[in-house]
Amino acid sequence: MRKMYRVLIGKPGLDGHDRGAKVIARALRDHGFEVIYTGIRRLPAEIAAAAVQEDVDVVGLSSLSGAHLRLFPAVVEELARLGAEDIAVIGGGVVPAEDIAALQEAGISRILTPGASLQEVIHAFETACEEREG
Amino acid sequence: MTEIGKIITGVAQGEARAIGRAISMVENHAASAPALVEALDGQRIAACLVLGITGPPGAGKSTLTARLIQEYRRRGRRIGIVAVDPSSPLSGGALLGDRVRMMTHTLDPDVVIRSMASRGRLGGVCGAAGAAVRIMAHSGCTVVLIETVGVGQSEMDVVGIADLTAMVLAPGLGDDIQAMKAGLLEVADLLVVNKADLRGADRLILDMESVALQRQDKQGRAVPVCATVADQGQGVAALVDHFHRLHREIEASGAKERHRRRARRAEVADWAMELLRPRIIEAVAARSTLDGDALVLARQILTEMGLAPRK
Ligand SMILES: Nc1nc2c(ncn2[C@@H]2O[C@H](COP(=O)(O)OP(=O)(O)OP(=O)(O)O)[C@@H](O)[C@H]2O)c(=O)[nH]1
Repeated sequence: MRKMYRVLIGKPGLDGHDRGAKVIARALRDHGFEVIYTGIRRLPAEIAAAAVQEDVDVVGLSSLSGAHLRLFPAVVEELARLGAEDIAVIGGGVVPAEDIAALQEAGISRILTPGASLQEVIHAFETACEEREG
Repeated sequence: MTEIGKIITGVAQGEARAIGRAISMVENHAASAPALVEALDGQRIAACLVLGITGPPGAGKSTLTARLIQEYRRRGRRIGIVAVDPSSPLSGGALLGDRVRMMTHTLDPDVVIRSMASRGRLGGVCGAAGAAVRIMAHSGCTVVLIETVGVGQSEMDVVGIADLTAMVLAPGLGDDIQAMKAGLLEVADLLVVNKADLRGADRLILDMESVALQRQDKQGRAVPVCATVADQGQGVAALVDHFHRLHREIEASGAKERHRRRARRAEVADWAMELLRPRIIEAVAARSTLDGDALVLARQILTEMGLAPRK
């Protein structure tokens, strides 16, 4: 039996728009993922703690506020602090191309830029889950 | 220490990572799952109070659960939550959003929350949910809530694992309630009328009180009806007092133990079916031809597996 992929979709930071995150959550569900949705305005520590309790394979973060350079790496650090550095983190929202290198450096495994199609998004989650399974 | 030994020790010490991994191992039928569940502490499991929170969509179950967490924490209890939602029958995926209302408790190390999809299991979700409850009990939770939508049979089966079940209703949900009344009588140990601040609540409370009167316990008492305003936290402490009193009663009378033994039987049957499912699917796939009627073929295949169905 193939292991069921579990992912968590979280919105760290202060922006209150989660339409995009919800669209992605539904698309992933319709693609056979179990998706834990945690709502808007979460602390990086809350997202990491929820990811550990839910034992997800991947955390998907969305930020529209421009604070991704601070918030995405903070989630990676919190996961490591909880002994869960193996949970992959994918970032999306409004991330300008010039920030991608810095985020990858900080341990974000994949960055989805605003132009990414839903297919590309699903593919990113799928490959991140597969890699973790080894 | 072995990998599994580390996880069991971690669970006993209440480590979130170990608890999360342990539940996944059982959910995914990992080879080491039997060794894991065998090592769980029977005394902690027996002492733990397992509460089922069920009711129609939108009644306020998640909001109420979040308030129950708050109230139990105020009373110094470590608490676990298993939130069960149906899987999509089409994709097999699930969108599990119950946590949203409980996020304020995420950083509290004495609140353990796990979302679980029903995954279209042959025997319902009971097996995995039951194991999750016991893992949480092993980690020191003295109360575990199972939250589930009371719509389908598999969701209702989940409440069989609970020592006490609260049915949450709210005004304005329409005819569902009429349809549920019969079922209500059978499973609920406690009726909660939530959204008591809304119009129609008084009427619903009266309705439920008459429903409750029809089901009296051995002492001739009606099933309790509690009014709550979950989003304000009103009535929640009184609800917890009721749970506490009922728990003491079922422990003293032996009803808790009897109910657990019955639930165990159902759970064993669930697991047996669940574990058999892949083998049946394999046996069907291995057939090169499938001529003849499906019923006849199914009987043949089972017979070849040494599981001949009754005549
Ligand atoms: N007026 C009023 N609204 C409430 C109360 N409790 C919850 N609500 C609201 O009712 C809606 C549904 O609440 P949930 O807790 O999501 O209900 P649920 O039963 O978990 O719903 P599902 O997850 O769909 O099964 C939310 O908008 C809540 O804010 C209450 O006591 N009074």
